[in-house]
Amino acid sequence: MAVRTDPQTGQAVTTPGAGAYLSLMWKRVRGGETGVLPVVGGLVLVSVIFQSLNGNFLTAGNLVNLLVQAAVFALLGMAEVFVLLLGEIDLSVGYVAGISAVVMAWLAQPQIGWPWWAVIVTALVAAALIGLLHGTLITRIGLPSFVVTLAGLLFWEGVMLFVLGNGGAILVSDPVLVAISSGNLPRLAGWVVAAVVVAVFGVVAWRRDARRRGVGLTAPPVSLTAAKIVVGALGAAALVVLANADRGRLAPVYGLPWVVLLVAAVLVVWAYLLGRRRFGLYLYAVGGNAEAARRAGIPLARIRTHAFVLCSLTAGIAGIVYASRLRSISTSLDGGTLVLYAVAGAVIGGTSLFGGRGKMLHGVLGGLVIAAIDNGMGLLGFSAAAKYMVTALVLVVAVTIDAVARRRRPAA
Amino acid sequence: MTATLEDPPLLRLRGVSKSFGPVRALADVDLDVPAAAVTALAGDNGAGKSTLIKCIAGIHPPDDGEILWEGRPVQLRGPADAAALGIQTVYQDLALCDNLDIVQNMFLGRERLRRGQLDDVSMEQAAARTLSDLAVTTVGSVRQTVASLSGGQRQSVAIAKAVLWESRLVVMDEPTAALGVAQTTMVLDLVRTLARRGHGVLLITHNMLNLLEVADRVAVMRQGRVVDVRDRSDADERILVDLMTTGRTDREVA
Repeated sequence: MAVRTDPQTGQAVTTPGAGAYLSLMWKRVRGGETGVLPVVGGLVLVSVIFQSLNGNFLTAGNLVNLLVQAAVFALLGMAEVFVLLLGEIDLSVGYVAGISAVVMAWLAQPQIGWPWWAVIVTALVAAALIGLLHGTLITRIGLPSFVVTLAGLLFWEGVMLFVLGNGGAILVSDPVLVAISSGNLPRLAGWVVAAVVVAVFGVVAWRRDARRRGVGLTAPPVSLTAAKIVVGALGAAALVVLANADRGRLAPVYGLPWVVLLVAAVLVVWAYLLGRRRFGLYLYAVGGNAEAARRAGIPLARIRTHAFVLCSLTAGIAGIVYASRLRSISTSLDGGTLVLYAVAGAVIGGTSLFGGRGKMLHGVLGGLVIAAIDNGMGLLGFSAAAKYMVTALVLVVAVTIDAVARRRRPAA
Repeated sequence: MTATLEDPPLLRLRGVSKSFGPVRALADVDLDVPAAAVTALAGDNGAGKSTLIKCIAGIHPPDDGEILWEGRPVQLRGPADAAALGIQTVYQDLALCDNLDIVQNMFLGRERLRRGQLDDVSMEQAAARTLSDLAVTTVGSVRQTVASLSGGQRQSVAIAKAVLWESRLVVMDEPTAALGVAQTTMVLDLVRTLARRGHGVLLITHNMLNLLEVADRVAVMRQGRVVDVRDRSDADERILVDLMTTGRTDREVA
């Protein structure tokens, strides 16, 4: 331990060494603040099981496919985190995604022929407006979110079926829109993007920890900050190596999929909003103790409404990714299952259903777990029936781990 | 006590009345709350203590009477008016968010920003400094969630939050009601520290021993009126019980 003196209070300040800092972190984990450890452990466990049953699971090609498959689940999971943090729920995200996909596919048809960017903006605005409608009904009239978004689930499914017609579908042929889920970066571009991301992450992480150390607050020691950045760099490099391997069966296919970057970008922006901005803090405060938040002068109705708008907006992004991957939107979109996967993903990731506890990363990790089960059991030739049952078991195990960890948390 | 006779008290109530329908909750209340001293408000259930502090907190504006802040008449139409003058109220339920840490709770609603982002470093320093100024040393890390704190530590955080917001007068509703012996001592020490630092403190408590231990002055309420105000040295438990139950006393301090 290095001991120095705080310039302002004149008190001795201790900067723990790397070992001491790690043991502090470990104490927190043992105390019940497990963070993302259970879901990461679960992901590793699932991978080991599938790999031992079928050697194709951990191949570069399958892992990259898994990431692409997980994109819709991860985006919907993140959408759900916004409202779960308030202790609310949004059952409509599956069909809000459907509406967004329909708007996109409709406007991009050759006979209408809007440019791809206008199509995307319009689809996202439509999704956000739906969220505004839900949020307004919930906060201004005081209706329960469960009922409003249940009605939303039915209503937007109805709208989608009406537009598509019985058994209908709209094809998506615009090359940019298709590339969102099916396109890959050139190999070199993958490396450049990874380098830039790691560099930015490194500078931000370094400066933040250095500032805390500089004024004598508890901060990770230099060695751990450096280790964090090195691990990030290795992770990014591993991802690019995986993605740049040829995974084609007939023709060569390689490169980092655009959709992986898209999900990562959404994660970074939303995590920044939750973790570093006042709005995010207020979301946690309202979810933790609405009365305390009200007395602190936080505008409850506005925060709640915004959460539903952001939830639907993120669902809108998921809809675009969904339609892009299938190159069409049809009445086979099962928004009911999607929303259950979204909630399950967020909860498996570690977000509480009772509000106040959760992170954007949980939605992504939970979505990865669900996609991994889906993918792995598909490789093993299991039916949809078995996939549902295993996903359910994982959900129950995840909630059990959380409940047990919660019991060890003092006075909570 | 440092206030001299010429100085107007920090807060002065003159003829304050408040009715809820036919119920007269406060009748013609006169009360002075000086700076740098602990004024305790005693009284049986339903005597009007809670209504009185809600008038001071701006939650129930009085129907009648005058409120003077440092000698100037003021209107308290909402909690924001009271906060703007420097009146902070710590309610019994504390109003803390369990899922947020100590720093986030202390700054809730008044976050410091730096280039649009939460300035965690500056807030953490200020929170730590306020806690150490108040000699609250038991909490450990200011980055732990409030859920992990004991009842007395939570009370300390709620009081520190009130102090952080540049308060001149801290109103406290039963701060020791739910606490054990050691924690009660800790919170009462904190109350004394506030007065020593120059804050006016108005304290509601049912606990006669706590009251006598911590107060400089005692005001007794009965049936919506302040029936007696006296120095701590002129009060003991039996005198206070007399005043609370009958509104008068013949006893002298033993």
